[in-house]
Amino acid sequence: MLRLFAKILKTGIVTETIKRPDASELETLGIEVKRQVDKYFSGSIAIRAVDAGSCNGCELEIHALNNPLYDVERYGIHFVASPRHADVLLVTGPVSRHMQTALLRTYEATPNPKWVIAVGDCAACGGEFGVSYASCGAVSNVIPVDLVIPGCPPTPETLVKGLLSLMNK
Amino acid sequence: MSEIHSNWQLALQLAIEAEAIQVDSSVANNLTQWTIAADDWLRFAAIAQQHHLRWAAGWAEQGANTFLVNACFAHQEGYLWLCTELNAAKPALPSQATIYPAASRSERHTQDMFGIHFIDHPDPRKWTRHCAWQRHEYPLRKEFPIQGTPEAITPPNMDYQFVKARGAGVYEIPVGPIHAGIIEPGHFRFQAVGETILNLEERLAYVHKGIEKLAEGRTPDELVRLAARISGDSTVAHSWAACRAMEQAGGITIPERAAFVRGILCERERIANHLGDIGAICNDVGFAFAQMQFSRLREQWQRTSANVFGHRLLMDRIVPGGVSVDVSVENGTLLTQEINALRKALNELIPALDLNSSLEDRLFTSGYLSPSTATIYGVLGYVGRASGQDFDVRRDMPYAPYDQLSVNVAVEEQGDVASRVWIRVKEVFASLKLLAQMLSQLPEGELVTAWHKPEEYNEGLAMIEGWRGEIVTYVRFTSDNKISRFYTRDPSHFGFLALEKIVLNNIVPDFPVCNKSVNPSYSANDL
Ligand code: SF4
Repeated sequence: MLRLFAKILKTGIVTETIKRPDASELETLGIEVKRQVDKYFSGSIAIRAVDAGSCNGCELEIHALNNPLYDVERYGIHFVASPRHADVLLVTGPVSRHMQTALLRTYEATPNPKWVIAVGDCAACGGEFGVSYASCGAVSNVIPVDLVIPGCPPTPETLVKGLLSLMNK
Repeated sequence: MSEIHSNWQLALQLAIEAEAIQVDSSVANNLTQWTIAADDWLRFAAIAQQHHLRWAAGWAEQGANTFLVNACFAHQEGYLWLCTELNAAKPALPSQATIYPAASRSERHTQDMFGIHFIDHPDPRKWTRHCAWQRHEYPLRKEFPIQGTPEAITPPNMDYQFVKARGAGVYEIPVGPIHAGIIEPGHFRFQAVGETILNLEERLAYVHKGIEKLAEGRTPDELVRLAARISGDSTVAHSWAACRAMEQAGGITIPERAAFVRGILCERERIANHLGDIGAICNDVGFAFAQMQFSRLREQWQRTSANVFGHRLLMDRIVPGGVSVDVSVENGTLLTQEINALRKALNELIPALDLNSSLEDRLFTSGYLSPSTATIYGVLGYVGRASGQDFDVRRDMPYAPYDQLSVNVAVEEQGDVASRVWIRVKEVFASLKLLAQMLSQLPEGELVTAWHKPEEYNEGLAMIEGWRGEIVTYVRFTSDNKISRFYTRDPSHFGFLALEKIVLNNIVPDFPVCNKSVNPSYSANDL
């Protein structure tokens, strides 16, 4: 136990400050905001992550958001286990045809008002997989998308900036 | 049959001759390739099993008027590549799955994708096929257009016959395809009594993206980009395997320096994944301290990857013929310092985990995989090595740069979640040692060998020890430097099979930790 506390104390607080992005930064990052979350949410959003066919690279970076360096919970961003608890669906991957119905049902299960974020090049445009017998391509081919965060995969920093851009101060 | 050069092959050959099985033998890419008649497919498997060969991979290919079916078997000292040719009119051959259960899903995949019938298959249900293509369509046949003819909305696959369990108090828990955490999709069907799991059945292929089909017609560069996206956490290993297979087909030897840089990238990938997983396993039993510490270490590791190599996951750094990144002298020093720093951090952290009794209580004896079950399913990587499977391509069939390094392979027999954690810890230290060796021995020289067009229809079969274990990748070229067939068998194939056994008699709430201790890739499994 002592070792544990000693290590915690020695490590200290490693969380970094991340600036809220302005319009020009969003543009350089390629983040496209189609609709902002309105005031109802008072600076807190519940996110349901849905992998609709990704290679799991995007998931790794979404996971990183919860590491102590990014710690997105401090911005009121938290991940929930059910679409019924969610304001936002964070969708990765090209939508595989085998996941199409599951994604549609998840979308229906999310209460209104809801937002959809397409994360990663695959979700944005189909990426390396495109549209085929097995893939529907971009998320917007299946459900309406409000925010696009590109990258293969997007870095955690880009992801945080994208999420913050969605939230009105 | 003059090419036989090892004892195990000789013994196998004698047994096969005794059974009057006709074999046509040749050597392709240093691998022995045996062609037999389709009717002997099952009999061969029976003999192979008696000789303790492991089933490593299986795939098919469409020829002019034929289908070619391949299987790769492994012995501790080498591989054997088995082929047969089928008439295209009514392609069928005996299933090997009754003897090698590990081949079962692979044969079902071949059945779904090529329409090749495996006679007397113990489980004739579809596997990769859900409802995205029609009953009599087979996506990997050449006449099938890549766009297919999908419906506007692909219906869910409702008629899959799951195994049923009946009895007082037995109930079923269907989970997925979408899971509660930030993880890949797949369906799990549990049968439980109280909290105890009686049976688990997996239904996968939800993230089937048509990778094998998409590969066809690509140039070598395009294929590597695709291979890098088979599984984001194994991007280095899969790009390396694809490149190595293509380089064999083209008879290309990569520069020594490139091989070392590939090795550095691959060991960095291994460490990054193990760090993330060790933390996540501890988190699954409520020990957030470890999660925070290990995810911090992983983040720092990834940042160095971004600084030195330009990508946090090291995607697209391996190219046909070599690598696209170099390690400068300063960066070499930086990487060496980081190795020492990580070693020091782990030496502080590991004892804190080791001494934690609540962690011990949850991880010991949970999720047991016996060495014999691991052998039956040919389980690889850290999952296999925690259950006595003493195999590592880097040590047993070394390729550059590992042929110039000393590779330590940790093996245990304990087979539980704790053991899989310890194997990972040991693998991190072993990789750190390899990294230090590679950085100090980094040879001078070029980074890429110029690509030249492989001869018509040349093929390559390559094995790479990725962080999850042995990857087997096959490529065949067309006449004009394009890919005509690409196949890869990720170790997740066996990880999923092991998982079904690992969870038996555990409690349902321990499923997440059992699963994380195996951590198979859905994307690499479903292709
Ligand atoms: S965008 Fe890149 S990392 Fe994300 S799912 Fe697609 S291929 Fe994988």
